[in-house]
Amino acid sequence: MSALKPFRYVSSDSRVREDRRFVVGKGNFAADIVPHGTKHVALVACPYPAARIVSIDKTAALAMPGVHYVLDGQELAGATSVLAAGLDTPNVPRRPLAVDVARYAGEWVAAVVADSRALAEDAAEAVAVEYEQLPFVLDAETAYAGGTLVHEAHGSNVLLDRTFVWGEVDKDFAASPHRFKHRVKWGRSSTVPVETFGVTASWDPWREILDVWASIQMPKYPDQMAMALKLPMSSVRVHYDVDVGGSYGVKRGIKHSVLVGYLSRRLGFPVRLIEDRLENMRGGDMHGPERLFDVEVAYDDSGVIRSMKMRALDNVGAYAGRSPFQLGKPVGAIVGPYRIKSVQYQAIAVVTNKTVQEAVRAFGQAPTNYAIERTFDEVANRLGLDRLELRRRNLIKHDEFPYLIPSGSTYDSGDYHTVIDKVLAHAGYGELIAERVRLRGEGLLAGIGIAACLEPSGGNSSFEPLLNPKVGTTTWMDSCRISVDLVGSITATMHTTSAGQGHETMVGTVVGEVLDVDPESVRVVRADSLNALPSNSPVGSRMAIMLGGAAFHAANKIKDKLIAIAAHDLGVPAERLVYQDGNLSDASAPDKTRTWMELVTMAHRHIHKLPEGMEPGLSVSHIMPVPTGGGLPTADGRVQMYPCYSFEFHLVLLAIDPDLGKPEIKRYVVGHDCGTVINPKIVRGMTMGGIAHGIGAALYEEFAYNEDGLLVAQNLMDYLLPSSHEVPNVEIVHHCTPSPYTVFGQKGSGESGYLGAPAAIASAVNDAIKPLGITVDSLPIKAAYLGDMIAAAREGSR
Amino acid sequence: MKVDLDINKQKHTVEVEPRLSLLDCLRDKLLLTGAHAGCEHGVCGACTVLVDGAAVRSCLMFAVQADGVAITTIEGLAPGPGELSPLQDAFCETHGMQCGYCTPAMILAAHALLSNNPNPTREDIVEAISGNICRCTGYAQIVEAIALAAERMRGLNRPEQRR
Repeated sequence: MSALKPFRYVSSDSRVREDRRFVVGKGNFAADIVPHGTKHVALVACPYPAARIVSIDKTAALAMPGVHYVLDGQELAGATSVLAAGLDTPNVPRRPLAVDVARYAGEWVAAVVADSRALAEDAAEAVAVEYEQLPFVLDAETAYAGGTLVHEAHGSNVLLDRTFVWGEVDKDFAASPHRFKHRVKWGRSSTVPVETFGVTASWDPWREILDVWASIQMPKYPDQMAMALKLPMSSVRVHYDVDVGGSYGVKRGIKHSVLVGYLSRRLGFPVRLIEDRLENMRGGDMHGPERLFDVEVAYDDSGVIRSMKMRALDNVGAYAGRSPFQLGKPVGAIVGPYRIKSVQYQAIAVVTNKTVQEAVRAFGQAPTNYAIERTFDEVANRLGLDRLELRRRNLIKHDEFPYLIPSGSTYDSGDYHTVIDKVLAHAGYGELIAERVRLRGEGLLAGIGIAACLEPSGGNSSFEPLLNPKVGTTTWMDSCRISVDLVGSITATMHTTSAGQGHETMVGTVVGEVLDVDPESVRVVRADSLNALPSNSPVGSRMAIMLGGAAFHAANKIKDKLIAIAAHDLGVPAERLVYQDGNLSDASAPDKTRTWMELVTMAHRHIHKLPEGMEPGLSVSHIMPVPTGGGLPTADGRVQMYPCYSFEFHLVLLAIDPDLGKPEIKRYVVGHDCGTVINPKIVRGMTMGGIAHGIGAALYEEFAYNEDGLLVAQNLMDYLLPSSHEVPNVEIVHHCTPSPYTVFGQKGSGESGYLGAPAAIASAVNDAIKPLGITVDSLPIKAAYLGDMIAAAREGSR
Repeated sequence: MKVDLDINKQKHTVEVEPRLSLLDCLRDKLLLTGAHAGCEHGVCGACTVLVDGAAVRSCLMFAVQADGVAITTIEGLAPGPGELSPLQDAFCETHGMQCGYCTPAMILAAHALLSNNPNPTREDIVEAISGNICRCTGYAQIVEAIALAAERMRGLNRPEQRR
C-alpha cells in the first residue's frame, strides 16, 4: 500500500489531545451524565451458585419512600428477546435478570428503581426472594464430564467442543524422537477497570427514540440493544461521546443496557444503573478466561518442534455470551512466532455455576501464548538446551514472510531474531545471568524469564463463522467522515466510543499527515449511532489499522477533490499539480496556484467553477474493510484470522524470598515491534499498561471461589490490582517492521505487553525454583501458594 | 441536615443526609464530577480530594465530617479557563494517563506530595501514588509526569510553596 515517508506528523512524539480534558476533571464519563428526572437502579442478587426462584415478594420494597418499581425476570423476559449469543446454543438463554433459576452467586434476580441510588439499595435489601437451592458445578473438567447440568434443556454443559487438525500431525509425531506433554492453567481474572460499567437510558415516547449513554466498548451494541428491546435500530441512539473509564475488552454491559432501556420505556423517565464494585465483580459478567491447557509437542534432538497438540478447556461461566469465541481468535496465531508444521487443536467451552465471562484484552491469545511459552521452556529444560537457543531454532525467519501457518493465517511481516538480539544487547544478557548468580548467592531464588509472542491485530471476525457455521460475519469495517467547512476548517468524525486509546489524537494526526496541515487544527468529533457510519469499536487491536486506515483514505478523497477542482480551474492536468500545505500549484508554472481557501470557496460557493458533475461541498466518507478479511473458513477450519501480527519479546529478572514466597521483579526489558508507530506516547503507554496487567494476571489477580460456590474475591481488597509498588520500571526496546497491508505500515498495539508478560513472569518464577526440582504451572502464582511449595520442596530435600 | 463546606476556596451550605459520603456530595450536590467512584471501599483512590492539603479518599468520609476543613478538588487546580497548572501540564507532556478516570485523583495525590516535597525521589513518587490504582498505564508515565512537574516547579520562584 502507500508508504508515505518521511512522515511529517505520524510517529512524532506529540501530545495526546484527549489528555487536556482529563487532567482538569472534565471527562464525560457515564456517571457524569444525569438527564433531568433520572431515577436509579440497584440490584437484588442471588446468594447461591444455583437456585430455583420460588417467589419474589416486592411489597416491603415498594412501600418504601422514593421507590418507583421493582422489576423481576419474568416481566422482563416477557417483554424483551434473549440476549445475543455467539454460538448456536438456543437452550442456553441469557437474560438481564434470572428467570425461574439463578445459575451463579451474584446473578441479578430483580432490579429496584428509586429516586436515588441509596434509596434503591435500601429497597433492594427489602425485596424478599425465596430460593430453593440446587446442585451446582464449578470445575470445568467436572462440568465437561456431565452430571450436574447448568442448563437442563441444553442436555450437557458443553457449548463448544471441536477438534481441528491442520497438517500431518500423526505423521509428524510418529517421526519425532521426543515428546513432551503437560498441563498448565490460566486462572480466572479480568481487566477490572477502575470505572465500573454504567449506563443511562432515556425513552422519548413522542420522538420514539431511546437515548443511551454508556461506558461501552462493544461491537454491535446498538443492534443488540434494538433486537433485545424489540425496537427498530433507528429508535436506539447510542451516544459515542461518552468517555469510557478503562475497558480493555470487558465493558460490554448489554444486559445492564437492556435492563435500563426497558425500565425507561416502562416507567417514562430516564433510568440509570452505575454498578457498585460488588455488582461489578460478581454480577457484572466481566470475568475473563479460565482455561486448562493440555499441550503435547513432538520435537527432534536439536529442539525443532515439529508438531503440537493442544486441548484448551475454558470455563465460561453460567451463560454463553460472546466469550467462547475467545477460543477461536488464537487459531490465528496458534503456533506463536514459531515454525511448527502441524497442529491439532481441541477447543472446548463449558458452562459452570460461575459468573459469566466476557471478552478480555487479547481475546484468548494471552492464555494461549502462556501455554506455548511454558511448553517451550520445559522442552529446553528436557534437552538441556538454553531456552533462548531453543526459541531461535524455531522462530520464523525474517526472509520467510509473508508466512502461512498451518491453521490458515498468513503472518504479514516480522523480524523476530533481530528484536531478540536488540533486547539482549540492551539488557546485557551476560550481566543479567551474572546478577542471577549473585542473587542466588545471597540466598534468594532468582530466575530469568523469557517470552516471545505475537499480538494479532486488525480485528477481523472470522472466528465467528469458524466456531459457528450459522454466522457469516467474516469481517468488520470501520469508518471516518471528513468535512471541510466553508471557512476552511476540517472536522473529522469517528463512530465509536474510546476507552483511553487516544483515537481523537490518531485521527487528527492521520488527517493532518495526508492533508499536510497541523493535526491540532483538525477537529475530531464523534457521531451517535443514528448518524454514524459503520464501526465495530476498538477491539482486537484494530483502530490504528482500521480507523487510521479509514481516516487516511477519507483524507485522500478530500485531497483528490481539491486537486480536481484546482486542475479544472487552472486548466492544467491534475498530474501536473503539486499539493503542499493544502495549496496547489502547477509544477511547470509555479505562479499558477490555487490556495486552500480559494478551493474551499469554489467547492462551497462558486459551484459554477467546479468540474461538470462534481458534487459540491467538501464532505467525504470512507468505510474500510479489514485488510485480508472477508474469507470464510475451509471445511477443516483454516481461515485468515487477523491481518497484522505485532511481535514482543520479554526478558525478566526476578527474585523470590524463599521464606515468604514473595517474588520481586528486578529488571524488565521488552522488545516491541508493532510496525510504524503513529503516536509513540500512546503506544508506549499501552505496552507499559499491558505489562502491568500481565503482572497482575501472573501473580495477584484471581476471581477465586470457595467450595460453597461463592466468589470470595469480590472487592479490591481480595482481588488485588497491581499498585505502583508492584509494577517495576520497564525498559522498552523498539523495532519497526512495517506491515505491507496497512497505509503507514502500522500494526496493532492495544493489547501489547499483556500478550507476553504472564508467560515471562511464569518463566522467571520457574527458572528461579528449578534448582528445587519443582515447577508451577498455574496462574496466578500467589505468594502464599509459592511459599508453601518452596517450603515443601526444601522440607523434602532435607 | 445542613453542612458548611469550603471547597476550592468557595463556601457552600449543603443540605445532606448524615450518611451521604463526601464523594457523593461533591458529585451529586455540587456537580463537581472530577472526583470519581471506583471501589467505594477505600482501595482504588479514584475519589481522592485534598483535605487541608492532604490526599484523602472522599468515599470514606461523610460530607458532614468535612465541615470546617478546606477541600480542594481537581476543579480547583487549574489557574483559569483553558489553563493548566504545571502539574496538569506535565501529565499532558508525558501522557501520564489513558482513559483519564484515575487521573484527577492521581494529580491531587501528586499535588499533595509536591506541596510537601518539591524534590521527590522516584521512590517518594511511587509511594505517594501507591494508594491510587491506575489500570491503563502501568504508572511509568505518571511517575515521569510528577518528576517533570517537580523539576519545572523547582525552577519557578514560588517561595510560598516551601515549608
